[in-house]
Amino acid sequence: MSRKSLGKILPLNGDRHTVHGSASGQEPPSRVVVLGVGNMLLSDEGVGVHVVNALAAQYQETSDVAITDGGTGGMELLPLLDGAGHLIVVDALRCGQPPACIVRLEYAEVPAYFKTKLSPHQVGISDLLAALAFKGAVPGHVVLIGVEPANLSLGMELSPEVQECLEEVKNVVVAELEAIGHPIHPRI
Amino acid sequence: MTTRITIDPVTRIEGHLRIDVEVENGKIARSWASGQMWRGIEKIVLNRDPRDAWTILQRICGVCTVVHAVCSVRAVEDALKLDVPLNAQYIRNMMLTAHAIQDHIVHFYQLSALDWVDVVSALRANPAKAARFAEGVSDWEGNSEAVMAHTQERLKAFVGSGQLGVFANGYWGHPEMKLSPEINLMAVAHYLQALEVQRCSSKIVGTLGAKTPHIQNLAVGGVSNPIATDSEGVLTLERLMQIKEQIDELGAFVHNCYLVDVAAIAAFYPEWLRMGAGVNDFLSTPDLPIDTKGTRFMTPGGFIPGGDLSSFRPVTRFGDAYFTGGVAESVKHAWYTYRKGAGELQPWKGETTPAYTDFQDDGKYSWVKAPTFYGKPAQVGPVAAVLAGLAVGDKSTASYLERLNQKVSALSARQVEASELNSTVGRHAARAIRACVAYECLKANWQLLMDNIGKGDMTTFNKPTFPKGEIMGVGQEEAPRGLLSHWVVVKDGRIANYQAVVPSTWLAAPKNDSEQRASYEVALQGTPVADPTRPLEALRTVHSFDPCLACAVHLTDLERKTDIQVTAL
Repeated sequence: MSRKSLGKILPLNGDRHTVHGSASGQEPPSRVVVLGVGNMLLSDEGVGVHVVNALAAQYQETSDVAITDGGTGGMELLPLLDGAGHLIVVDALRCGQPPACIVRLEYAEVPAYFKTKLSPHQVGISDLLAALAFKGAVPGHVVLIGVEPANLSLGMELSPEVQECLEEVKNVVVAELEAIGHPIHPRI
Repeated sequence: MTTRITIDPVTRIEGHLRIDVEVENGKIARSWASGQMWRGIEKIVLNRDPRDAWTILQRICGVCTVVHAVCSVRAVEDALKLDVPLNAQYIRNMMLTAHAIQDHIVHFYQLSALDWVDVVSALRANPAKAARFAEGVSDWEGNSEAVMAHTQERLKAFVGSGQLGVFANGYWGHPEMKLSPEINLMAVAHYLQALEVQRCSSKIVGTLGAKTPHIQNLAVGGVSNPIATDSEGVLTLERLMQIKEQIDELGAFVHNCYLVDVAAIAAFYPEWLRMGAGVNDFLSTPDLPIDTKGTRFMTPGGFIPGGDLSSFRPVTRFGDAYFTGGVAESVKHAWYTYRKGAGELQPWKGETTPAYTDFQDDGKYSWVKAPTFYGKPAQVGPVAAVLAGLAVGDKSTASYLERLNQKVSALSARQVEASELNSTVGRHAARAIRACVAYECLKANWQLLMDNIGKGDMTTFNKPTFPKGEIMGVGQEEAPRGLLSHWVVVKDGRIANYQAVVPSTWLAAPKNDSEQRASYEVALQGTPVADPTRPLEALRTVHSFDPCLACAVHLTDLERKTDIQVTAL
């Protein structure tokens, strides 16, 4: 399977996008999971975790929005995702863009996607989503916010480029939540 | 004719593993296991405070967070010869066993069952017949006709909506699939129940560890859980009673469902008890300490040469010189280099200097180092642990093997001999036995903790102090996938060297300095492969080890295509 067939990759530069999937606003409020994934020990590989940690520090979690550091986990994240209406994954994503480019993948249908190695931990997430699909409890709407890494070597610091775009990635996630009717607000 | 099959990556595992096999006359003649990601994680903790290492090292692997965290604090405690309060031992033991049970359940149902269970065949099953079969072998509560019928309806909807493709490498319709539609349906029902039950483990680890998947309650010298019988926000009796409920739920499942399902696989695939034998020398470590010094344990461990239980030599304590003196790592066929003339290096002296070449059949071909015990490879994992239990007459291990065999013989005219545990299906059997033993230990640790608190002992932490000069320590752990050891050298209170020798390193290693093969490669040889484009048989054997390469190695190449390539040579 080629990467292209998995979903649209949209550079975000100010581009707003419509949200597909089951969220229509009329349905009862569903649970949203913002999941940062990646390995914090490998520089930019951990950007997803850095983003959610920053979000969790800055924004108030709400009863319907969970902001979680998923690390490189797989099946043990099942209780968290089980029955969530929306899943927003934040991750390092190598797809041939310039470093620190933010991309957004949207999957209109559920979830063969994570199977190819866009990112290594997605092997675990693919098993997780497959199990959830089988169970009939896969999130109806999945968005992946990816950041093109500049440096994947050993280290706990982000590259300067990716560090610099962190604020923008956070804003993208916040806008995403706003767009699906689950806004979060800064801590006072 | 020789056909070369490259499976890269192996799916339904954690981490990234490549397997190459050459098939001659329908059987695997040569095999290579290759970790495709580089591990240099140890380098990141150099010069850091040893008290912080565990928070970083639990990030080595997203699945085994608790496992690495505990092993890391044990290594530093061993270096300091620091006593660990009883309450802390019990709490750690509970987290480790709860995690192990979850790991085994998920491995069997979510990651391996599709190697044996044809989900599509279950569509043709008669739910009443499936329930009669299931209720005939076990009084598990999830075996009723209503459950089977409901499962089949859900499966119909799932397959009907064209979603079956989400399962990577599911080989439905493969001629090697031998279960009846009814047993397949039962297995699908249990697959879904396993998803529910495994949450109990997450809740236990989350309650004790303050958070999951990345726990927060450990400390060199104990745990940071304040224990109190009367206040909020700490480990209260109320929370401990909730944990007991989760323990009971896990126990019912592993006892009445998991062990029985594995017995059914053994009964209906008996030929796989004679295939897939790995290295026949076994190494394990005692674990679940019940004293403050790491000298008394709930489960035994040691070395068993040639699979001969009477030759068992125990590892008697954490830091046992027989153990620490025997472990070394070879990089002759791995993408690393040691300083000139080093040979195999003991982990305290270990080096992690990458030296990548291409995949060379006879040269270097893996990012996984090759560990040895007194110069030879050893098989670690559930089989080694079960055999150690049998060797010392551990009652719990023996009784669960017996229970397994009651079920196997009820379904077929045979039993599983201890010597057959070293096989593809035998490893699943050993793992199920280990899950049951882990449940017994989890329950017992809960009681020990309650009793100790009842005596008024609320201590959970002994403060470490680091001396000037150099000290060394080892953390040993019988992790879900087998023996794990963390090796630390501390100089003037800072980490001077750190090596983690993980279970999948022992198993998935390339050849060592003496050209001896490790268990994956050994186990694959002789395995029949009926259809090279669908090498189900090879995957059965590889999956039976529960590969977890995330910690063994680390990623270099993201953009390569995933596939099974078949080449005629």
